[in-house]
Amino acid sequence: MPRHIAFSGKGGIGKSTTSQNTLAALVEMGQKILIVGCDPKADSTRLILNTKLQDTVLHLAAKAGSVEDLELEDVMKVGYKGIKCTEAGGPEPGVGCAGRGVITAINFLEENGAYDDVDYVSYDVLGDVVCGGFAMPIRENKAQEIYIVMSGEMMALFAANNIAKGILKYAGSGGVRLGGLICNERQTDRELELAEALAARINTKLIHFVPRDNVVQHAELRRQTVIQYKPDCQQAQEYRQLAVKIHDNCGKGTIPAPISMEELEDMLIEFGIMKTEEQQLAELQAKETSLCSAG
Amino acid sequence: MSLDDQNDAAFHEDIIKEVLAQYPEKAAKKRARHLNVIKSDEEAGSSSCGVKSNVKSVPGVMTIRGCAYAGSKGVVWGPVKDMLHISHGPVGCGQYSWSQRRNYFTGTVGIDSFVTMQITSDFQERDIVFGGDKNLDKMLDELNELFPLSNGISVQSECPIGLIGDDIEAVAKKKNKELGKPVVPVRCEGFRGVSQSLGHHIANDAIRDWVFDKTSAEWETGPYDVNLIADYNIGGDAWPSRRLLEEMGLRVIGSWSGDATLAEMERAPKARLNLIHCYRSMNYICRHMEEKYNIPWVEYNFFGPSQIAKSLRKIASQFDETIQQKAEEVIAKYQPLVDAVLAKYKPRLEGKKVMLYVGGLRPRHVADAYDDLGMNIVGTGYEFAHNDDYQRTTDYLKDGTLIYDDVSGYELEKFIEKIRPDLVGSGIKEKYATQKMGVPFRQMHSWDYSGPYHGYDGFAIFARDMDMAINSPVWSKFKAPWKAA
Repeated sequence: MPRHIAFSGKGGIGKSTTSQNTLAALVEMGQKILIVGCDPKADSTRLILNTKLQDTVLHLAAKAGSVEDLELEDVMKVGYKGIKCTEAGGPEPGVGCAGRGVITAINFLEENGAYDDVDYVSYDVLGDVVCGGFAMPIRENKAQEIYIVMSGEMMALFAANNIAKGILKYAGSGGVRLGGLICNERQTDRELELAEALAARINTKLIHFVPRDNVVQHAELRRQTVIQYKPDCQQAQEYRQLAVKIHDNCGKGTIPAPISMEELEDMLIEFGIMKTEEQQLAELQAKETSLCSAG
Repeated sequence: MSLDDQNDAAFHEDIIKEVLAQYPEKAAKKRARHLNVIKSDEEAGSSSCGVKSNVKSVPGVMTIRGCAYAGSKGVVWGPVKDMLHISHGPVGCGQYSWSQRRNYFTGTVGIDSFVTMQITSDFQERDIVFGGDKNLDKMLDELNELFPLSNGISVQSECPIGLIGDDIEAVAKKKNKELGKPVVPVRCEGFRGVSQSLGHHIANDAIRDWVFDKTSAEWETGPYDVNLIADYNIGGDAWPSRRLLEEMGLRVIGSWSGDATLAEMERAPKARLNLIHCYRSMNYICRHMEEKYNIPWVEYNFFGPSQIAKSLRKIASQFDETIQQKAEEVIAKYQPLVDAVLAKYKPRLEGKKVMLYVGGLRPRHVADAYDDLGMNIVGTGYEFAHNDDYQRTTDYLKDGTLIYDDVSGYELEKFIEKIRPDLVGSGIKEKYATQKMGVPFRQMHSWDYSGPYHGYDGFAIFARDMDMAINSPVWSKFKAPWKAA
């Protein structure tokens, strides 16, 4: 049985980058991997394939008539060190139903044996679970361990907590568990402490703190992971550590305990990231006074 | 009308209690608001049905309500004969509404009339994921080529259209220009509203927004131009109705949507008066025409001689003395027919008890036709009526009449069992269950493959059919097996 893992988090937080770098490190450890990209933009496998995958499941299905007319070989490409790559694909923004597309694509892959003979199936899940379709990898007992990619930014923290709510919803009926938080450094105030505090509050752990390094950008511009571009740099080591931690984490996921909006806000105030209303008012008043005296 | 008589209110109240006692507390509380008996308020000098209506059915009960798509495609748009109506979405909704209701029409199917044909975009997974607009665009071209004599195309949305947010309005606008024919998008997704009633409203709004004022039809207006609105020509109902109106000197310039053409709808705003039969399904468009084009509207009822005479006089009162004079002549002309029908059937039907359960109009509208035959409505109810329908109901029915709104299968069966009426008038889903209880039955949606029932001619057929159901010799052969021996 392969391990089904998923990377989730706020849009733009670096899910695809983090997941592909981590998977590139895992493949170095001799693991056989399948990536299932669940984002209509189809950019979850770009760094592994060194090119953007054109033949997505839904794109080809639309051309052929239906998914039943497709063969697995048509949609599965092999990238860096034998990592198998598929993309669900989907409609252009503003048309049709991308959520239904995710369901169709995953069912197709499973029925056609894409999951056979791999150690890891990794889902790259769209940040906001906007409808039932995008919840499918979590809901249908597909992904068993979810790793939430986040940072010290307020919105990323909110998103992480929301995803935890989604996992909790399906934790009872299926086996889905929260594997941990992965903090992508954004150099915000007290970022590591905050990430650790949030992890503790929602009953999980901060599995790794990935420092910010421009080499990621450089690699990405070349459509490569850091592991492939500069295998010996410090950042590649970071991803390797993360890969080891995920590999060792097998079966150690938790049922998350998401907190309420108020609790989250209180936590942010405590860390000095958010101001209380009194503070905000006081600042406003001070500003007005200074303006008046200046005038 | 013998409204002075009363039905047995106390008995009816008891059986309501008995029925409600079977429900869990929450369901009983909800259903209690929909069951009542008509009571008069001495002080206000009026009576009331006192039921709640047009709300969501209680989950878990058998309700026979339809959906918004049924209201738009099945009722309002489907009978417009020279248009093609696309059931836009997966195949089922179209398949199971194939052939329409019994909306009779003249014309040649597949050439200039399309009512009984079924056209669907047959959505596949691909259309859901990538949107069905391209498919629709292409389909409209193909339909135009296949059926060049069609005068317009309507797009009847099934649920997925709303779920995936397809922009059918944009396609309609584009194709309207390209094809030079009206393309009418109707947002009647089945999940909208609590019954088919919202579908009627949405369909009316589509007429307002996509048909009226879109063409400048040349039309010489006359002083006696009327529209016959919301007669769906079930079994040919609209035809005797039209004849009566013409005999009294009016010119019927449009008859919707039974046997209707698109042109009749387009020129409707040029009429002097709107005559509305099914108030529930088309009052919206009449109110709109009143507001925008200053056309008054009159409700009428062509079931049974007393309501026909009343309605003819009411309609005539909107016009001059010539018309009023002619109306009297029409009533007099048909009196011998009425007398003959009553002489033959009244003795056979007098005193028989009737229970009805129909859609949004007939539960009250047919009451006086029964009354004319000496029959007595003891219970009635609507599938999808609103409060204004129940207000109109008390004009027709006696105090003590049992009223049931959106009745469940269980409730209706119990009521029939307790009351043991001589006849039940309802739909196909109730027909066989009732007959198996040994109670005569007539379908009052489809006229049980008979009709027309409107107008004087219709009354003769109505009387014959009711007699046929009640006095059929088959009931004398009906014996419980344990009593047979």
